[in-house]
Amino acid sequence: MFDLDAVRAEFPILQQQVHGKPLIYLDSAATTQKPQCVIDAVRAYYEHDNANVHRGVHTLSQRATEGYEHARDKVRTLLNARDRAEIVFTRGTTEAINLVAAAWGRTNLREGDEILITHMEHHSNIVPWQLICEQMSAKLRVAPVTDSGELDLDAFKSLLTGRTKLVACVHVSNALGTINPVRELTRLAHEAGAAMLIDGAQATPHLRVDVQSIGCDFYACSAHKMYGPTGIGVLYGRKELLEAMPPYQGGGEMIKSVTFEKTIYNDLPHKFEAGTPNIAGAIGFGAAVDFLNRIGLDQIARHEQSLLDHGMSLLEKVEGLIQIGRAKEKAGAMSFILEGMHPYDVAPILDYAGLAVRDGHHCTQPLMERFGVTATLRASLGVYNRREDLEALVAGIEKARTMLL
Amino acid sequence: MPQSDVQLDRIIETFEFLDDWEERFAYLIDLGKKLPSMEAADKNEANRVHGCQATVWLKPHLAAEDPPRLEFSAESDAFIVNGLIAILLSAYNGRSPREVAEYDVEGLLKRLGLEEHLSPTRRNGLHSMIGRIRELASHAANGTMEKPT
Repeated sequence: MFDLDAVRAEFPILQQQVHGKPLIYLDSAATTQKPQCVIDAVRAYYEHDNANVHRGVHTLSQRATEGYEHARDKVRTLLNARDRAEIVFTRGTTEAINLVAAAWGRTNLREGDEILITHMEHHSNIVPWQLICEQMSAKLRVAPVTDSGELDLDAFKSLLTGRTKLVACVHVSNALGTINPVRELTRLAHEAGAAMLIDGAQATPHLRVDVQSIGCDFYACSAHKMYGPTGIGVLYGRKELLEAMPPYQGGGEMIKSVTFEKTIYNDLPHKFEAGTPNIAGAIGFGAAVDFLNRIGLDQIARHEQSLLDHGMSLLEKVEGLIQIGRAKEKAGAMSFILEGMHPYDVAPILDYAGLAVRDGHHCTQPLMERFGVTATLRASLGVYNRREDLEALVAGIEKARTMLL
Repeated sequence: MPQSDVQLDRIIETFEFLDDWEERFAYLIDLGKKLPSMEAADKNEANRVHGCQATVWLKPHLAAEDPPRLEFSAESDAFIVNGLIAILLSAYNGRSPREVAEYDVEGLLKRLGLEEHLSPTRRNGLHSMIGRIRELASHAANGTMEKPT
């Protein structure tokens, strides 16, 4: 049984007041809060097991290595990857995408090749491709988004040609909440002979993700959006592709042997993990995966879907409120603007009411431009949110209206 | 004493009189709403102040007096930012380029208690505006400011 009060009690940060009001956290798409079990795992690592990994046979080094590699196994199971070698720890989604752009892009792109992205990508899934396209004289193509905030599938298909070498697409839009049909998109990409990378940063906290069932070649996500620590994430990559890719960065950990004449690279996944990794972060990530499994992703998805439906119907009734992103399939986020009120003016008023809501372009400036706005307000959900949080949001918006209009 | 000092004193008095955030915010919004609009043609890329999350335009005008006096016009698309602009303009307008450069705006912001009520990104925006004003003042002092159009 899903016990919301018990779940909330696991998050110490939520038990506080902001400006004298109980904190209502509606910014989980930016980062989720951390349950006690994650905080404890990081703390226990530093208190008892801290040592460098994959080095030395002393007890602490072995414990640290076990903890770090065990976390990799947990993430492998969560994403249902075939092989633990396919799970590369990165600093987060951004680094995972940059890794593919640099290491895969440099070896696979030729002049005139194309990379296809969508209009709803986060800057992290735009800029790395722009950089590599410029270097390799390749072209970046952008599939448009409909007025409801869904991918225009017909246009996507027509942009997918024999020149397309890779499709990079967001699974769940951070700004709109749109869930993209990634399985179908992957099938289409593969039919066209293109590789498929999915930015899963906003999907993994809300949905059960199975990389084998999706069939994608690369999948990137961040622990801190999944109740885990910041500074750690994962690149899933199909083994054949990862093996064929050159290293991304050089340094310790990623080598088997080094001489000045020749360096032999380490096996997967270590080939892509140069330098001392974020060991505490990985262990915290592992604890976050345990947390997700304990509550159950299906249960989380059900709870959040019911909140999302409630929130959208409440916002629907607010005078002068325009929701941006009305896709049929949505998860996690509600974006909106208010007639006559700038998001930058509304957000601090909400803050003083204890409401943590994001204002801005959400690192999706092309998408904002597509909808003719420079910024929106975004309320986003986590497992700990309650129906009354959304009612408080509407009350906060009404308060802003009386102050601003 | 520049004319705008009278207005600035009134702003400071009001801020000190109001004792909760809500009233101060409401006052800031009110100042923002009363800020005179810029000419539409002046809201162009050349006058954009970058580093603010809201869109901000700022245009200097050097009044041909002896010593010359700076008059800025500025506007944003957000009320609270316009409120901050109103405060900055009342602090800076009517001063010589040298006075603008030397003006203790940090002291003013501290006195108003504004910094603590602004988010870090908004503080950055405010400092971008101040930086631009100082830059324009130093151009004016060196005689390298573009001729007013």
